Amino acid sequence: MKLKVATCSLAGCFGCHMSLLDIDEKLFDLLKVVEFDRSPITDIKHCGPCDIGIVEGGVCNAENVHVLKEFRKNCKVLVAMGACAITGGIPALRNNVDLWDCFQEVYHYGIGLENGQIPNDPELPLPFDKVHPINEVVRIDYFLPGCPPSADAIWKFLTDLAAGHEPKLDYEMLHYD
Amino acid sequence: MTKTCTFTLDGKTIPFEEGETIMEAASAAGVYIPHLCHHPEFKPHGSCKLCTVNIGGRLGAACTNRAADGMKVDSETEALNADRRALTQMLFVEGNHICPSCEKSGNCQLQAVAYHLEMLTPHFTHFYPARDIDASHPDVLIERNRCILCELCVRASRDVDGKNVFGIGGRGIKSRLIVNSASGRLADTNMSVTDRAAEVCPTGAILRKRHGFTVPIGKRLYDHHDIAEVPEAGLKEPRRD
Amino acid sequence: MTEHNVCDLPGIVARWGKDPANMVQILRDVQESCGTIPSDTLDQLARLLGVPRVRIEATASFYHFFHAESHGAYEILFSDNIIDHMAGKEALKQYFCERLWLEPRKLSEDGLVYVDDTADIGLADQAPAMLVNGYAVPALDHARLDLIAELIRAKKPLGEWPPMLFEIPDNVRLAGPLMGEPFAPGAALQATLARGAEATLAEIDAANLRGRGGAGFKTATKWASCRKAEGEALLKKHAGPPQVFLGPLGGEPSEARFSGGDHYVVCNADEGEPGTFKDRVLLSSHADLVFEGMTVCARVIGAKQGLIYLRGEYKNLLEKLKSVLARRREANLLGRNILGEQGFDFDIEIHLGAGAYICGEESALIESLEGKPGKPRNRPPFPDRCGYRNQPTVVNNVETFACAAKIAERGGAWFASIGTAQSTGSKLISISGDCQRPGIYEVPFGVTVQQLLIDCGAEDAHAVQVSGPSGTCISYREFDRRIAFEDLPTAGAFMVFSPERDMFEVARNFSHFFAHESCGFCTPCRVGTSLLRNTMDKLAAGKGSAYDMHEMKNIMRILQDMSHCGLGHTAANPVVQTMEKFPDAYEKRLKKLDFEPAFDLDGALTTARLITGRDDEWAHLDND
Repeated sequence: MKLKVATCSLAGCFGCHMSLLDIDEKLFDLLKVVEFDRSPITDIKHCGPCDIGIVEGGVCNAENVHVLKEFRKNCKVLVAMGACAITGGIPALRNNVDLWDCFQEVYHYGIGLENGQIPNDPELPLPFDKVHPINEVVRIDYFLPGCPPSADAIWKFLTDLAAGHEPKLDYEMLHYD
Repeated sequence: MTKTCTFTLDGKTIPFEEGETIMEAASAAGVYIPHLCHHPEFKPHGSCKLCTVNIGGRLGAACTNRAADGMKVDSETEALNADRRALTQMLFVEGNHICPSCEKSGNCQLQAVAYHLEMLTPHFTHFYPARDIDASHPDVLIERNRCILCELCVRASRDVDGKNVFGIGGRGIKSRLIVNSASGRLADTNMSVTDRAAEVCPTGAILRKRHGFTVPIGKRLYDHHDIAEVPEAGLKEPRRD
Repeated sequence: MTEHNVCDLPGIVARWGKDPANMVQILRDVQESCGTIPSDTLDQLARLLGVPRVRIEATASFYHFFHAESHGAYEILFSDNIIDHMAGKEALKQYFCERLWLEPRKLSEDGLVYVDDTADIGLADQAPAMLVNGYAVPALDHARLDLIAELIRAKKPLGEWPPMLFEIPDNVRLAGPLMGEPFAPGAALQATLARGAEATLAEIDAANLRGRGGAGFKTATKWASCRKAEGEALLKKHAGPPQVFLGPLGGEPSEARFSGGDHYVVCNADEGEPGTFKDRVLLSSHADLVFEGMTVCARVIGAKQGLIYLRGEYKNLLEKLKSVLARRREANLLGRNILGEQGFDFDIEIHLGAGAYICGEESALIESLEGKPGKPRNRPPFPDRCGYRNQPTVVNNVETFACAAKIAERGGAWFASIGTAQSTGSKLISISGDCQRPGIYEVPFGVTVQQLLIDCGAEDAHAVQVSGPSGTCISYREFDRRIAFEDLPTAGAFMVFSPERDMFEVARNFSHFFAHESCGFCTPCRVGTSLLRNTMDKLAAGKGSAYDMHEMKNIMRILQDMSHCGLGHTAANPVVQTMEKFPDAYEKRLKKLDFEPAFDLDGALTTARLITGRDDEWAHLDND
């Protein structure tokens, strides 16, 4: 039976997903052992019961939490992929800026804005004071660092997991940038 | 000069001279013990505690404990490396270490030690402290978000440059890097880009301006080599005046 | 009211010998006269003293009692030990703030008064207590706070406040050989001179006196080693390999200025361990005994100068101690040719601390005496070889010197006949908390906890914290244990908790204390104590999980194993021990067995809700 894998990107740039695609033709090999549930690759919107969930990006707003909790609930193994999921990453650069200043800059004083207003639409995800790594919100089983992790690292990690042993990255596969 | 005394480090015989620390003797013998606040050119400090080793059943910093004849020291144990990893993780969550946005990435000792210890996550809850950047100086930048309080710049400026540009202010978790000026700005000190203190920072907390990202990814110090194989890398890089 | 902002810097600097090693004292005096330590003062001090500003700033920003911003004419600091809390400190503080229309940690709008917390001020037997401009006021209640609020509103200078506010009874409930027997100043010195230095050392040895600060190092061994150690003169002679001494903290140059003598006697009166107050009483009512013990030590090790490092919280004792010193000088018990003995010169100087528990650690204390931040040195070398100004130095606790004086007077055999074989003599126990008669109990070593509980009227006790947060928490199951180095070593604190007390809250209070007092030098303690405090707060907020318990255990082990000094090594003790002995106190707080977010999810949306004005369903998160 194939392993069911779900992926998503929270407060990230989809760079990790691009790196996943960079596995290139080996993706076909991967697809022999895994099957994708929710993922930008499948366009499925909600994840069902899965063996492995892979989360890119940190948690910067309320919606991220809903998605992350859905993943935690449905995935036997949850993986934090990339710098943002693991440390907050680039989005966490805003953690030193007051949230009010962020809103002002974006909606009031940004270039080209006139009579800007701060939106209050419930459809918009409400931001947190600070951006957090996902392990501060749910329990995480594995961490795959990198910005992004290289295709080789993702390949090694997933094939190790699929083969049922502890993923182990070689020296050059382990990096934080 | 032949060294007459020896001790064992992980079972290996290490010769040493009277007065040498465990760290000094190990380095001379080509054995790496993880460290961040230690630097062979400066007096031992003993604050980061990464070099903690088991000295005959007692734990102590290799950089401040002297070697003694016949002493049995263990360093590369699973337990010690796990604790070193935890200390490195503490350093990561204590500051704001966002490697992808840091020009020291790839040449950073904190990062390299973390790679060496196979740290996959900072693990602990982040503090996300509010810390200042000081870009006032024409040639040198202080990025306090990345400071790990190793005091190498303090020692370099005081002991080598004879200037006392840097110090540590505050206490406890609120400790912070301070500079020798009433304004608190580096520009108002007598710091010079040619100072030893400008190049000794193991992280990206003190940087020479206009030198960022000059080395492409793949050619940086630790891109292919574990810090254990690159002795004192990053600290003795030639000055690019 | 103190007239602020008139600060005679050159005068202060001159008073302290223009010596940068006296920086903490200089900064104290600056703050005393200016009310703050303004930034430009640091520059002037740098010029006057010829040291870099950055070093002065490091010192000025390290100590809790120094501040660059104004704290007004009245700075009120509430003692924050768990004992104060148990005596209603929080509610009283709130009451006081409301009376004066102010918020803690914020200067009142009229710039008159500032209220904050501070670590235990040594008045646990008279809790809750506070410091007003550094002067202790015990036994706070509504009436006393009303009076204080009135005095502040009327802008009455502190000197005109009713003296009864500052009266601090000794509360000696049980006296023994140290406190109960009369002592004639000079008696121990006469005996010492008659007997000779070496023979006196032999008496200290025969007495088996061990350090009263808690660690229990043998005093005679310390003194003998210091007596033997080479001072400045000899070191210069063979200016050998500089590696002989690593030097303090990476060899920060000590502004050494040798004034003749090259051995030092230092009395550690930085009684900062929460729940301890016996040194306060010794110094208040038996200072002669302490000073005489220091002078005996000086005779034995050959020191010409002694220093007493008095914690800043005991500023109220300063004038009294100075007058005792003056009286002793007049009686030729200090000064030149003491008691007519040619060449026996010795005097004692008082240094005041400035709010840093870590300075109770002997090498941090020495750093502080040298005008630096109180960060423990790398050891070895120990102070007996390389201490104050890098010279051989004996550092002993107040009580140890008092014992030494008695031993010099009455002999080692007499002392050794009291207590147990391994723990000779008597011990001053400071009892506080849930008991009928808090105060000082001088008891022979070997006494059981049970006996002390009976003595102080706490038969229903549930737990006792022996020797303060860094000591041992024992439960009612262990009350047959004994106060002795071989069982329960103690610096003197004995905090009693009744069955109604929540031992989790006790440990949480202590975790805050250690995080606040960590000097920040080493990674494990600097970060670990804060991580531990934060996790305890998370549990207290009802958001803990088994994962957090597991995390705390790991952090605590690292603290114990990897820290630089005793503070870090012991900072986890209260949590470790209460977890083990009172597991229910923790378990009832765990929300889930698995995992709880590290932060308050819904709370982290509050700011955005305020900014956007949203309160819809999607603007909230369940914290479950």
